[in-house]
Amino acid sequence: MDTTSLTHDHVKEILKGVMDPEIPVLSVFDMGVIREIKINEQGCNVTITPTYSGCPAMNTIEEDIYKHLHNAGIKSVEVNTVLSPAWTTDWMTEEGKQKLEEYGIAAPVGGTKDKRSLFLEDITVKCPQCKSENTILVSEFGSTACKAMYKCKDCLEPFDYFKCI
Amino acid sequence: MDANQNLYQYTLRMADNCLILGQRLAEWCGHGPILEQDIALTNISLDLMGQARNYFQYAAKVVGEDKTEDDIAFLRDGMEFQNLLLLEQPNGDFGQTVVRQFFFDSFHHVFLTKMVASKDLQLSAIAEKSIKEVTYHLKWSSQWMLRLGDGTEESHERMQVAVDNLWMYAFEGLEMDQLDQVMLEAEIGPDLNSIKAEVVDNVKNILNEATLTIPQESFVQTGGKDGRHTEYLGFILAEMQHMQRAFPGAKW
Repeated sequence: MDTTSLTHDHVKEILKGVMDPEIPVLSVFDMGVIREIKINEQGCNVTITPTYSGCPAMNTIEEDIYKHLHNAGIKSVEVNTVLSPAWTTDWMTEEGKQKLEEYGIAAPVGGTKDKRSLFLEDITVKCPQCKSENTILVSEFGSTACKAMYKCKDCLEPFDYFKCI
Repeated sequence: MDANQNLYQYTLRMADNCLILGQRLAEWCGHGPILEQDIALTNISLDLMGQARNYFQYAAKVVGEDKTEDDIAFLRDGMEFQNLLLLEQPNGDFGQTVVRQFFFDSFHHVFLTKMVASKDLQLSAIAEKSIKEVTYHLKWSSQWMLRLGDGTEESHERMQVAVDNLWMYAFEGLEMDQLDQVMLEAEIGPDLNSIKAEVVDNVKNILNEATLTIPQESFVQTGGKDGRHTEYLGFILAEMQHMQRAFPGAKW
């Protein structure tokens, strides 16, 4: 590929096709994991940040970014990971939160500015299945470290809630 | 010790805390009292392993010598480990695991709030990232202290035994030693004396609310930061390191 025609938007479009391996309806953009895209003479440099310290999906995400960009003809790709500023659910797009709900996972309630929602206090989480607000926390940890486990007292279904962090 | 060695050893302390506790919690996998708590314990372990990797990767960069995070984690012997003694204590029953977790989370959380202000940018970044996760750990462990302490007669009894047994290890992290002093002067590490009251008060408040008796003994067992460990560490490392030592350089 002729790298003089490589643009920031072009790379962005390619990366929108890189999906979160754990929640395949969300792209790495929806998750707020892509921090920076830099185009240079050789190709491009993508900076990502991990969601949780131990998130096992980050390796796959990094490999997928390389794969997608290489497949699009961009030979010189560099992906680097930064820890700071720390990833926060505030960076999740509204579109992403919508997709989460449709997928059956309750989206983060409130922003990290609100200390109470930040750590599961005083928040009302709506059941993604029946939309009832009559739900209770079962455990601070659900199917993955980033999610908490809730139960709906109306439809009696359990569901995951993506924690505010 | 030169500045690089100091930073390396100091980073190892945090790395080893996360690694050893992470390893202990992983022993619960498949053996939790109920499914949701099996998952909670292993998720906390995963968070800690992730944090450990951040520290070990940085330690490898600092020490140079072509060392990798794996070399440092898997090829050191017990005397070179600097984790707190609390973390190598056995899982015991669920109550003992909760008490161990709560004692550590109480220290870890406050320690990290100070580390965010470290002059070392990478340690500060790791702290900034870790503290969000550790806040959830502390919430989980505090809640279980209350549930089990102020629970049934049996749960209360088991919790009291656990508190009594682990009390001498609870506050080892708050004892300043020579390296802590050096790092304080370099503005890389905090003054542990400045966080002592907060940590101890938080612990005592939860113990009171959990209707548990606070042990009278004030003796604090130390040695972890000096590489003087309890007999448990040897077994933990044997299990954790034997593959790497039996098949050096093995790859999947």
